[in-house]
Amino acid sequence: MAKSLGIQHHQISLGQKLRRITWGLILVLTVTAMVGVAMLYSAANGNFDPWASRQAIRYGAGLVMMIGIALIDIRILLSWAYGIYGVALAMLALVEIMGITGMGAQRWINLGFFQIQPSEMMKVALVLALARYYHGLSLEDCRRFRALVAPLLLVLAPAALVLRQPDLGTAIMLMLTSAALLLAAGVRLRIFAAIAVAGLAAVPVAWQFLRDYQKERIFTFLDPERDPLGAGYQILQSKIALGSGGLLGKGFLNGTQSHLSFLPERQTDFIFTMLAEEFGLMGGLTLLALYTLILIYGFIIGLGAKSQFARLVATGVTATFFIYVFINIAMVTGLIPVVGVPLPMVSYGGTAMVTIMVGVGLLMSVYVHRDVEIPRRASLV
Amino acid sequence: MLAGGQFLLLSSLVGRLYYLQVLQSDRYAMLADENRINIKLLPPPRGRILDRHGEALATNRLNYRVALVSEHAKDITATLDALASLIPLSKRDYQRVLRDARRKRDFVPITVRENLTWSEVSRIEVNAPDLAGVVIEVGQTRYYPLGATAVYITGYVAAVSEDELTGDPLLALPDSRIGKSGVEKIYDLALRGKAGNSQVEVNAYGRVIRELERNEGQPGDALVLTLDAGLQRYVSARIAGQIASAVVLDIHTGDVLALASSPSYDPNLFTKGISTEDWNALLNNPYKPLISKAISGQYPPGSTFKMMVALAALEGGIAGRSHEVTCRGEVDLGNRTFHCWKRGGHGKMTMVKALEQSCDVYFYDIALRVGINRIAKMARRFGFGELANIDLYGERPGLMPDRDWKLANYEVAWQKGETLVAGIGQGFVQATPLQLAVMAARIASGGTAVTPHLSRRALRRATEDGAAETGPVFESLGLSPASLDVIVEGMTRVVNNVRGTAYRARIDESELAMAGKTGTSQVRNISKSERKTGVFKNAQRPWEERDHALFVAFAPIDDPRYSISIVVEHGGSGSSVAAPIARDILRETQRRDPARDGSLDRLAAVANNSNGG
Repeated sequence: MAKSLGIQHHQISLGQKLRRITWGLILVLTVTAMVGVAMLYSAANGNFDPWASRQAIRYGAGLVMMIGIALIDIRILLSWAYGIYGVALAMLALVEIMGITGMGAQRWINLGFFQIQPSEMMKVALVLALARYYHGLSLEDCRRFRALVAPLLLVLAPAALVLRQPDLGTAIMLMLTSAALLLAAGVRLRIFAAIAVAGLAAVPVAWQFLRDYQKERIFTFLDPERDPLGAGYQILQSKIALGSGGLLGKGFLNGTQSHLSFLPERQTDFIFTMLAEEFGLMGGLTLLALYTLILIYGFIIGLGAKSQFARLVATGVTATFFIYVFINIAMVTGLIPVVGVPLPMVSYGGTAMVTIMVGVGLLMSVYVHRDVEIPRRASLV
Repeated sequence: MLAGGQFLLLSSLVGRLYYLQVLQSDRYAMLADENRINIKLLPPPRGRILDRHGEALATNRLNYRVALVSEHAKDITATLDALASLIPLSKRDYQRVLRDARRKRDFVPITVRENLTWSEVSRIEVNAPDLAGVVIEVGQTRYYPLGATAVYITGYVAAVSEDELTGDPLLALPDSRIGKSGVEKIYDLALRGKAGNSQVEVNAYGRVIRELERNEGQPGDALVLTLDAGLQRYVSARIAGQIASAVVLDIHTGDVLALASSPSYDPNLFTKGISTEDWNALLNNPYKPLISKAISGQYPPGSTFKMMVALAALEGGIAGRSHEVTCRGEVDLGNRTFHCWKRGGHGKMTMVKALEQSCDVYFYDIALRVGINRIAKMARRFGFGELANIDLYGERPGLMPDRDWKLANYEVAWQKGETLVAGIGQGFVQATPLQLAVMAARIASGGTAVTPHLSRRALRRATEDGAAETGPVFESLGLSPASLDVIVEGMTRVVNNVRGTAYRARIDESELAMAGKTGTSQVRNISKSERKTGVFKNAQRPWEERDHALFVAFAPIDDPRYSISIVVEHGGSGSSVAAPIARDILRETQRRDPARDGSLDRLAAVANNSNGG
């Protein structure tokens, strides 16, 4: 396939690739995942079952997959980018037709033996597709307004489908990731401003599409004490847990809010709250530091990439990771409404972890193949 | 630029965490504790009530309850069926349990039945393996060993009503009890004790996870009464079957040794929650068992009042002991005729003889000479018309009329005829049995203001701490011993002289002999025609129109220690009905005497040290 695109030089041996893998990043990621396993152990009141053990096994499997992806040639990724996107989009559309309803939202597709979540797949696919698109454009081209039509369609099509499920968190993530990617690709700020204005103008329209529970969440965010036993309960209890954790926390397994079930969803979306309750501000900052390290790896890898595609993939993956972290922590600390975004590598759940690890695999592939130059023209379809 | 933006946003998260976890930490820590800590009150055991010898008048009994925890019982109805094969369960029990099971959280025990007997408890315990979710709980209920015998003294406890809530958290507990009458009510605060508390950690659903802290409360103080339970039992038995009251006082101390009314009721009915049928039966009983007649019943004192009239005359210098009146059986005043109880009259009477034979005409004469105001003044010194301030609720003051009172209440001047009637303790004059016993005590004590009480606690509080160990010292009423001698001599002859009205009720043992005064108070006027035809014998009249029989007495005569009053409603004559009761009781009281000395003070010390239990 690579040959058909006229890319043949610069083959790297497997040994070279393995040596180039960023083992430091894997170490940081593993430490983060272990923090997650420890918190899940605590969330189950000091039991490995039902969460911690499974999460650890998943991470192990994810690690193998991640290294496997890191070894895939960046050029192959480039050539598959649109294909992957197409499959993801088709599956998203399929969810509309045959998706099963879980957690009040149609998110899973049942393939008989296992369920997959196309919206998670799309997070990676969109990064690849946009990177592929901008890889084929010269800087001048991408400053043209005309060149914005295709990427906007690439973003809005899955975003609309995801929103219909309805999954506001993922839709927001898709759009924010794309915005970051477009900025990195060189789209001018004033165009962004124009889109932002258009977006704001669309807010009343979008409001119509929101489900009642989503509107409720926004109301609740604006005034959590409005209904302390109802919709505002989660945010209020989360803030109580965080605040009562103080500087040093209540100690491992001693979080009263979490262990006495005042904190909802403590093993998934609100796991950061539990960490910060048991280990205090120090614990929260430590986890933030780990995330920051991962982000720094992402930026450095992005800067070192020779091809536009690789650079954009690195930027997109890093931005996705950042958005996960930011939305989750901002929501559990009451800065933004609860939109249901998990904390990467820490929250219980396989799908988000797969997305992140596939993303980090791509990031490592970028690093492994950092010296590969891909002609921009050649990739233009 | 992107990286810069991201780090900026991350720092905003750090700032937010700092704000929540450092700046607002105290506020949220408090909110977290409010979330998880529930404070449960631990009711302290209520103080016991003891008689002067340490016999229990009110104790706490273990109340075994069977309860159901629905989360452990797989099928509630099936479990109840299994339980019903062991202990009787009513349809109402079923309905209540099923209703509670729907309403309450499934880890909250639902009481199925209370007050289980030992055999019921053991039957349940033996079958425990088949009764998943069934638990036996132990609570405390008040128990009155003397039951109906001492109810007007102990009173009873029952569920706290809305207007009795004072802010003491103990009272707000669902199964708390408060004193509703008797010493249970008047000493409620001391008996109640102080609530302990248990701080428990609960989860978001209210389930108790563990106990964090436990402060045992302070049990209620034991209350030692002056009552003699044995004597009380005797007195109650002696007046049983009649509508009667009896009060026995220790003249030296004012201790109430016995205080009884009949018919009575069992306070234990109330502690478990009285049934509507029982309650209505008590409420509608024409003999009013719910009322403590000894302190709330107000009766015309009849001839027992004659001592007051005589004293007023003696002390006022209006008539001496040798003052003579000839009784011809009746006396005319204006256009009315006032009769003596003895048809044909007593002939020539002196004061002592007039008391002895209870000559009405003699007292008409001196009452008229003394006047109502001076009689009232004297009577009030002996406790008429005012509360004796015994430590019980529901005491009534009786009535001691005078000219001002008549004018204020009837807007008509006092009539001379009314003075005559008052002179024999009829008309407006009313007194409680307690007041009559106090009067007798004040006469027998040589004219001191003996004041009755059921507990020395009140006295001790009035004086300095523990200063009342030797017993109270009563003020003198300021009467001349010569005047009192006349009264005592008269009362002695009432019982011990052949012509005395209570001679047949005398105590034969001379060292136990009593002095007393009979009283027969009319409930209605006797019409002229009845007098002529002779249809005014008690036995011929309907019960509620018969006379009240009264008797007041003290003993022993030489060194009086005990005073007594007996009132039998519609009982007939004081001499034939009330006096024999007084004789029996005073004899029993003195027979029990040696055991009494000093025991109360010793016991009070012991009880306070051990703090009840």
